[in-house]
Amino acid sequence: MKMPKGLSHFNIASLALGAAFLYLPIVILVIYSFNASRLVTVWGGWSLRWYYEFFNDSAMIEAAWMSVRVGAVSASIATLLGTAAAVALSRGEGFRGRTLFSGMLYAPLVMPEVITGLSLLLLFVALNAERGFWTVTIAHTTLTMCFVAVVVQSRLTALDRSLEEAAMDLGCDPVRAFAAVTLPLIIPSIAAGWMLAFTLSLDDLVIASFTTGPGSATLPIRIYSEVRLGVKPEINAICTLVIAVIAAVIVSASVAAKLSNQPGETAAPL
Amino acid sequence: MSDHSIFTRPARFAAIAPYVWMVLFFLVPFGFVLKISLSQTAISQPPYTPVFDFAAGWASIEAAFGALSSDNFHLLLSDDLYVLSYLRSLVVAAVSTSILLAIGYPIAYGMARLPKQWQPIAMMLVIVPFWTSFLIRIYAWINILQHDGLLNQILLALRLVSAPVVWLSTDSAMYLGIVYSYLPFMILPLYAVLAKMEPALEEAAADLGASPREVFWLVTFPLSLPGVGAGVLLCFIPIVGEFVIPDLLAGSNALMIGQTLWLEFFTNKDWPVASATAIVLLALLLVPLLLYDRLQRRQLEQAR
Repeated sequence: MKMPKGLSHFNIASLALGAAFLYLPIVILVIYSFNASRLVTVWGGWSLRWYYEFFNDSAMIEAAWMSVRVGAVSASIATLLGTAAAVALSRGEGFRGRTLFSGMLYAPLVMPEVITGLSLLLLFVALNAERGFWTVTIAHTTLTMCFVAVVVQSRLTALDRSLEEAAMDLGCDPVRAFAAVTLPLIIPSIAAGWMLAFTLSLDDLVIASFTTGPGSATLPIRIYSEVRLGVKPEINAICTLVIAVIAAVIVSASVAAKLSNQPGETAAPL
Repeated sequence: MSDHSIFTRPARFAAIAPYVWMVLFFLVPFGFVLKISLSQTAISQPPYTPVFDFAAGWASIEAAFGALSSDNFHLLLSDDLYVLSYLRSLVVAAVSTSILLAIGYPIAYGMARLPKQWQPIAMMLVIVPFWTSFLIRIYAWINILQHDGLLNQILLALRLVSAPVVWLSTDSAMYLGIVYSYLPFMILPLYAVLAKMEPALEEAAADLGASPREVFWLVTFPLSLPGVGAGVLLCFIPIVGEFVIPDLLAGSNALMIGQTLWLEFFTNKDWPVASATAIVLLALLLVPLLLYDRLQRRQLEQAR
């Protein structure tokens, strides 16, 4: 008896239910952010009042701006270091300390954030470092570097190496071959890595809580302290804005990836 | 004829900067956690004693070493509060991971069976919620599950219940939040392995007379075990140390270890006990962490 090719009813049901489960809560949240009524039980019509409240809440705006700055800086550093690490791991063959290197690099992916947050804070205290923008940024860089490395590395290993070898056969030295041939091909992955690092930093609560200082709260820290007091419509508006920003970033990235699609790629950037 | 070794030397240089960074900001801090875990809490800045003052000479360093003690570890291992917290964390993580596997596998399988042009879109659909703020998604569930939230409204309207059900501050809400947040971590490694699998293998098994169920359990599932391993470890390890989800969704009578650590550090301001908690947690996770590292390295080798 042959297995039915393609999708079975079970497959389709799994996918549909999975999609609903993942997206419905977000959709509901977005809809409620436009609810004119403060109550969850009453639909008071469409309104932007919660958005106005958010833009008038200077503490929130400050926290949002802080998060954006920390995210941008930490993502940039993490992308540089993560890409370098990915290159070393995928093209560097074996080298002394490779096991320790890959172990250290991939550990933050799974390490509970309370542990990394606490350990980094203790380091900063021991170094007598002033806690604020830079301590959070360094902490986030350490966390997100491994994500960048994973994204870029999966792309590097999927790439057709004969292209690099051809360049070297034609007389390029390895560095030039890398810059001229490999780098352009992995730019979409590097960009994807940057965005992943940015959104992870924007979203991090635990590590930021440990490593931040007075007056430099990030947006998740503010949202968290509000959420503990209960559901507030203003939070819905903030969340919708964050989702919109992230969605815009993702969409523009996908469009950019589609436009720069070249032969020689065997898989999507992620 | 190309010489790979020409490329590998410069590639190794690229490892220097990230290496230094990780040693400094990932490895070294653990040393501090260990040291603080052996210290006592104090009303001072920093709030622990002894403090190593390297400028004060060797004698003071020796004295500081003498003041270190493992009292905190005795406390952790003897006090029921902590022992139960560790046990609860391990149980919650194990149960959550099982649910994640049961839900994630069919989804990943469905994705792998989609026509090739739909697969990147499906992957994007799975990844996008992951990129959307994790805190926001938990908050979205609080919105729905609260006393007069949408879920209760629907249940009341359909007359399935006569009074609003208490969903929040329960273990069920916590499990829901955990599964919701970690689903992409389970789906993606599974999908990665399932998508690479040769459909010819399943067809061959079917041709040889296996039923669909036999094909799955004898061919598909065993071949997908690396993905299962990766997904399980990617979920289990961080869930053990989870803080935000149990803090916002679970009841307050039993705490997971992430919550206990947070409490000790932020509320009790007891840095030494918090550090000791972290060390014991790390010790508990050592075996899964090593398994995860081995799995990662094997995948690295296979890909090269």
